[in-house]
Amino acid sequence: MQLFKPLLLLLLLYSGLVAASPLAELAHADPADRAGLITQWTVQADGPRRQAVAALEEGRLFSSTDGNHVLLQGVDGKLSDVDNGQPVAGDAASLDTLPVNNSVRSALEAFHAASDLADPERSKRLSAIQALQDSANPGLLPLLLSRQQQEQDSQVKQALLVASSRLQLASPDAAQRLQAIHTLADSADPATQTLLAPLADSASESDARVRAAATQAVADIKASQWRYNMLGYAFSGISLGSVLLLAALGLAITYGLLGVINMAHGEMLMIGAYASYVVQNLFRSWWPGAFDAYLLAALPVAFAVTFVIGMALERLIIRHLYGRPLETLLATWGISLMLIQAVRMLFGAQNVEVANPSWLSGGWVITPALTLPYNRLAIIAFVAGVLLLTWLALNKTRLGLFVRAVTQNRRMADSVGVPTGKVDMLAFGLGSGIAGLGGVALSQIGNVGPELGQGYIVDSFMVVVLGGVGQLAGTVTGAMGLGIVNKILEPSLGAVLGKILILGFIILFIQKRPQGLFALKGRVLD
Amino acid sequence: MTQRNIHTNHQGNLMASTRRMFLKSAPLVLAAAGLVSMPAFAADTIKVGVLHSLSGTMAISETSLKDMALFAIDQINAKGGVLGKKLEPVVVDPASNWPLFAEKARQLLSKDKVAVTFGCWTSVSRKSVLPVYEELNGLLFYPVQYEGEEMSPNVFYTGAAPNQQAIPAVEYLMSKEGGSAKRFFLLGTDYVYPRTTNKILRAFLHSKGVKDEDIQEMYTPFGHSDYQTIVGNIKKFAAGGKTAVISTINGDSNVPFYKELGNQGLKATDVPVVAFSVGEEELKGIDAKPLVGHLAAWNYFMSVKNPVNSKWIADYRAWAKKKGLANADKLVTNDPMEATYVGINMWAEAVKKAGTTDVAAVTKAMAGIKFAAPSGFTLEMDPKNHHLHKPVMIGEIQSNGQFSVVWKTKTPIRAQPWSPFIPGNDKKPDTPVKSK
Repeated sequence: MQLFKPLLLLLLLYSGLVAASPLAELAHADPADRAGLITQWTVQADGPRRQAVAALEEGRLFSSTDGNHVLLQGVDGKLSDVDNGQPVAGDAASLDTLPVNNSVRSALEAFHAASDLADPERSKRLSAIQALQDSANPGLLPLLLSRQQQEQDSQVKQALLVASSRLQLASPDAAQRLQAIHTLADSADPATQTLLAPLADSASESDARVRAAATQAVADIKASQWRYNMLGYAFSGISLGSVLLLAALGLAITYGLLGVINMAHGEMLMIGAYASYVVQNLFRSWWPGAFDAYLLAALPVAFAVTFVIGMALERLIIRHLYGRPLETLLATWGISLMLIQAVRMLFGAQNVEVANPSWLSGGWVITPALTLPYNRLAIIAFVAGVLLLTWLALNKTRLGLFVRAVTQNRRMADSVGVPTGKVDMLAFGLGSGIAGLGGVALSQIGNVGPELGQGYIVDSFMVVVLGGVGQLAGTVTGAMGLGIVNKILEPSLGAVLGKILILGFIILFIQKRPQGLFALKGRVLD
Repeated sequence: MTQRNIHTNHQGNLMASTRRMFLKSAPLVLAAAGLVSMPAFAADTIKVGVLHSLSGTMAISETSLKDMALFAIDQINAKGGVLGKKLEPVVVDPASNWPLFAEKARQLLSKDKVAVTFGCWTSVSRKSVLPVYEELNGLLFYPVQYEGEEMSPNVFYTGAAPNQQAIPAVEYLMSKEGGSAKRFFLLGTDYVYPRTTNKILRAFLHSKGVKDEDIQEMYTPFGHSDYQTIVGNIKKFAAGGKTAVISTINGDSNVPFYKELGNQGLKATDVPVVAFSVGEEELKGIDAKPLVGHLAAWNYFMSVKNPVNSKWIADYRAWAKKKGLANADKLVTNDPMEATYVGINMWAEAVKKAGTTDVAAVTKAMAGIKFAAPSGFTLEMDPKNHHLHKPVMIGEIQSNGQFSVVWKTKTPIRAQPWSPFIPGNDKKPDTPVKSK
């Protein structure tokens, strides 16, 4: 087969029926060489070559059933042989298309980028340069240099300079190499470091000045990378911390303030996540145009649903168990099982799909090595908002005042006329509602299934206990601390061992300081 | 935990248990309920166990295998069943809980007296039921690619061994066509399959001259959902040269992993991720556009074009529609579903050949059985090693969540369950032996 293809080509050439058109050349190229051929054409693109490349890219080239011919599907859907243009009978739907794999795809990207370099749109020119820079095709150097002369925009010009410098690293002229190293030394791109490494090595580089410059540049890049690495760790730590905080904030109220060991707390998160699933589906079927806004609509829905469920739980079950922590624990655990089962019956046991709205997909590229995903950024902002609202609710409203009064001395509050029963119910509803809000956020980063809450309940208790019962500030510190420590341990120890170590640490910490990081001062209830 | 999961109220389990409850007294009620077709009486049926997680972290992958098994059984029954008897499925839900797999397996074998079981996805679940099948001399068909290092006389392996999936995939990544990868990031869920596969791959990479500093291994627990750090690490590792990620992540963790890849802008043209446990089914819940070009290695893809495949997909969807499954006309098929289907049909064929469902006789009849599979190849059960001969295909993810095949073998390959890359395996026999 491998032998046969070139033979066939030769035969066709010899017979003089048709010259090997670019289309035939591309179609019959060995799959491993196809990307190379396109790369070669990048600097010599002309009409027929563009058409050939487009046919491949659009999946209009098929191998015939016997595998010896390649067929082109025209715009009319009819098939013809690429070698002689003769129409061929057959159905394209039953044939295999010529594969477009990753190497071909990146060659194609560079192929298009070469013509985009002169595009009037600035962003298009920039992404074209990025694509060409990655393709590392030395044949592009003259094109990049000539564009550099014509380019007006300073940022684009700089990008062109970096891209051409990368190629000039391989230049036979030592001065040019040196110049290129100086240009690249400022870049924080880790890929540059790999490119510079051979130039710093005496085995592959003869010029001492070039070696010195490259060594210096590699050190500079390493230093800047270290900074970005730290920034990355801090970011993912805060991001994990804010997820933990979202999960634990509601619990800080129900457990921290009311003293109810609420094992069904995780299920409030789960119900919040399912609420966003339901709202998403409603938007999909009724307002597909406004789909991106579904998440905002899901927030009040999730809050309302979990608020009501929380109040109902308090009124019907938990109310009768105050002061009996063991019974509360068992009862709420039973409720949690019932809620899980109810959701299983309503939505099925499998995970449901909650899509990210487009404004939460993708990320903010700070450097090529560090991207901050939008969904994580949004969660950090969201948790800050929820935290502020909770703080306001507890410290600036009448309900908050009552809640704090009941927390500090239930009997006294009762005797001065605070409706403690109602306060308990509302506070429990508030805690559940906040968990519902957290569920909406969790639906954006993880899987939504009936057991979603189970994965967070332990973490939530950990945060609240570590932070100190009854204190918002403690919960915040506990969550952020756990998040950041986890993310510092994870890269070196792995996710599994890191988690074990943290659990061990918390056990030791609680032994030493049972009241947690922040202890409630004053006359705390038993 | 265990107690709660036993009576998971999934439809499948409900079907099985209602059937058992009503069998003696009121077949009419059952027929009226419309849950199953009119059941024959116990003596006229051959019971077939279906042991797949219908809840928990593995439900994302295993639920469709249960559906496929029921479809294949219905199809065989429509053609008159086996030995003049109808097959009767007994569906249980081990709920992604490994010890529960063993309990459910014991229940299937001793209480329900099933003739054969089709089940398991993760190797840890297979390892959990293996002693039960060997002790009670049951028969298990295991439909998923796995790490090898096992050959039980009580199991037929219709998924790929490492030389039918993992090793060809890595060879492809190292080839010019696959992008000439020089560094490898091995990422998996923390259990026996990823760890053993990565051990084999490491030995294989060494044999190809890849040094230890160019290989990084990392594991996450089942159900892990925070892949920020790991994707960040991959980026850093990739700065050292052309890198490929080899993912043996199993279950629903794949969704957050691929989401994170997309969000952090790690493109397949820069760092391709080849997955061994991600197929059409797992991609259903993800926006595939940022993932175009990431790879999967399997022995079947839904996008394979041949008449057997198109008929299979159409029949399956029609069956699902009749059964009222959600989104029946959009259901996808994948490699383990194909392996399940092939396994059930081969078993039925072997029972016909043997004239009995006796495990020893069927096992003997299985040797060399052939079946025209949806992959477009005629697959053969190896006469000796209980593994299928399978073609290897490598596919790239397309924006519609399907795979386009970029490379495949011309003929099916014989499995090597004892990988030559693990020392000592050359002395292992090529025939099944009970594990101790």
